[in-house]
Amino acid sequence: MSDNNMWEALQYDFMRNALLAGLLVSISCGIIGSLVVVNRIVFISGGIAHAAFGGVGLGFFYGFSPFLGAAIFASGVSLIMGAVSLKSKHRADTIIGVLWAIGMAVGIILIDLTPGYHVDLMSYLFGSILAVPASDLWLMLPLDGFILLVVLLFYKEFVALSYDEEFAFVVGIPVKTLYLLLLGMTALSIVMIIQVVGLILVIALLTIPPYIAEKYTRSLGRMMVLSSILGVCFTLSGLWLSYVFDLTSGATIILVAGVGFFFFQIVDFLKNKGKRSGANIQ
Amino acid sequence: MMATEPAIEMKGVWFSYDKTPILEDIGFTLKKGDFLGMIGPNGGGKTTLLKLLLGILKPDRGLIEVLGEAPHRARRRVGYVPQNTDFNNNFPISVMDVALMGRLARSRMGKGFSSKDRPFVEEALKKVGMWDRRHDPIGKLSGGQRQRVLIARALVTEPEILFLDEPTAKVDPQFESNIYDFLKEINQQATIMTITHDVGVISRYVKSVACVNRTLIYHEEAEITHEMLDMAYECPVDLIAHGIPHRVLPHHHEN
Repeated sequence: MSDNNMWEALQYDFMRNALLAGLLVSISCGIIGSLVVVNRIVFISGGIAHAAFGGVGLGFFYGFSPFLGAAIFASGVSLIMGAVSLKSKHRADTIIGVLWAIGMAVGIILIDLTPGYHVDLMSYLFGSILAVPASDLWLMLPLDGFILLVVLLFYKEFVALSYDEEFAFVVGIPVKTLYLLLLGMTALSIVMIIQVVGLILVIALLTIPPYIAEKYTRSLGRMMVLSSILGVCFTLSGLWLSYVFDLTSGATIILVAGVGFFFFQIVDFLKNKGKRSGANIQ
Repeated sequence: MMATEPAIEMKGVWFSYDKTPILEDIGFTLKKGDFLGMIGPNGGGKTTLLKLLLGILKPDRGLIEVLGEAPHRARRRVGYVPQNTDFNNNFPISVMDVALMGRLARSRMGKGFSSKDRPFVEEALKKVGMWDRRHDPIGKLSGGQRQRVLIARALVTEPEILFLDEPTAKVDPQFESNIYDFLKEINQQATIMTITHDVGVISRYVKSVACVNRTLIYHEEAEITHEMLDMAYECPVDLIAHGIPHRVLPHHHEN
């Protein structure tokens, strides 16, 4: 458990790739996760993550990259879910739930139908950060760049949309287009995150860092930066723990994030309690 | 031509939520420079009417024009103060940045705010007495203080029409007359339409009155007609509670 272990581990290519993947994913996760949390689209994000499995199946069935399949499928599903939530607000959650399940079912059936090939489903469900090839890193880098660029370019518009959608509409912002763009970027980030923690655990990595960061920041931009930093901490320490104790990396990363979540909840609780008793003394 | 077009025109406008009719056959014309006070019972459709004029909602049928354009085309030219101030209170944003949002109507997409935007915000925040709190998180303010910030936010859009949905529901009475005093000032350049429950406001500040309860009655003077009282029985209850100034209630019947 000494530091030597970590340096030793870094001699392996797969470990270096895992570290870089964790870093790249945490950045997009912090930016998009913040927008997901403040816009309250956590449920849609969960739907996109699970429906993306349909794309994995598609990739296997037609013999192209499952992650390319997931990216295409997730983007498509995100736009459908976005259109539904804009059109019929009252039943949007039901329809998202249905698409969530159908996407997964399609994926499983397509893999069943793929002849002579036994797929390791676990790596898609729970991630496989230790198996990220260098070529995937070269896909993640421009994706991070794209997300960063879009959010920097339309930062004030995203703030307005997230804080008060109706007012944003009244001052002339194309709120629907921006909302669909946000969902599209969410889909692409989710596909990246699936590689690290798998589609079942995506939501935790997407929402825990922003949830903590929100309490300690005064602007959306700073919330994004702090979320990214927290994401890096959780991912890298989770990765290290999983290496040292030989545990499933995705689940370890999520557990570390979960411990962080409860830690800050307790800190928050004690702080409020301190304030209240302080007020009583006065 | 441009100068003579009305600020607001509605003809035969119907609106329903899930087949429940909310507004029926609404029609009226508001000329530029007017200061309209809109009264009516809760659930009578006042806020819905405002949202139709802002283009946030679309009517089932009928014609709506704001400044001679369809509402969604006129939106950069109008200002809006919502009724509800208790949304998104955990959102990490300062008073300054909320007020700055109003400048989006005058800025381009894909660019930051310019240094020219700040003086507008400073002036507006000083007007509503919130300049000293500009660095505070919006969620830390009281409901009334937040309402002031939202009024400042609407002012910095430099609107040709300003829509307000009970802008003083939560602020203290003294500040309420302050708000209406500077609305009166703004009224020299902009048309104003405000929802209110306060008859004092109607008697002292507005130029015309509309009462909304599924249908709409418009009166081109600052008085509440008997017709309005008949139509919206709950209106007068609200009014009597406040004590009705004499000149608000006419002694003659309309028509």
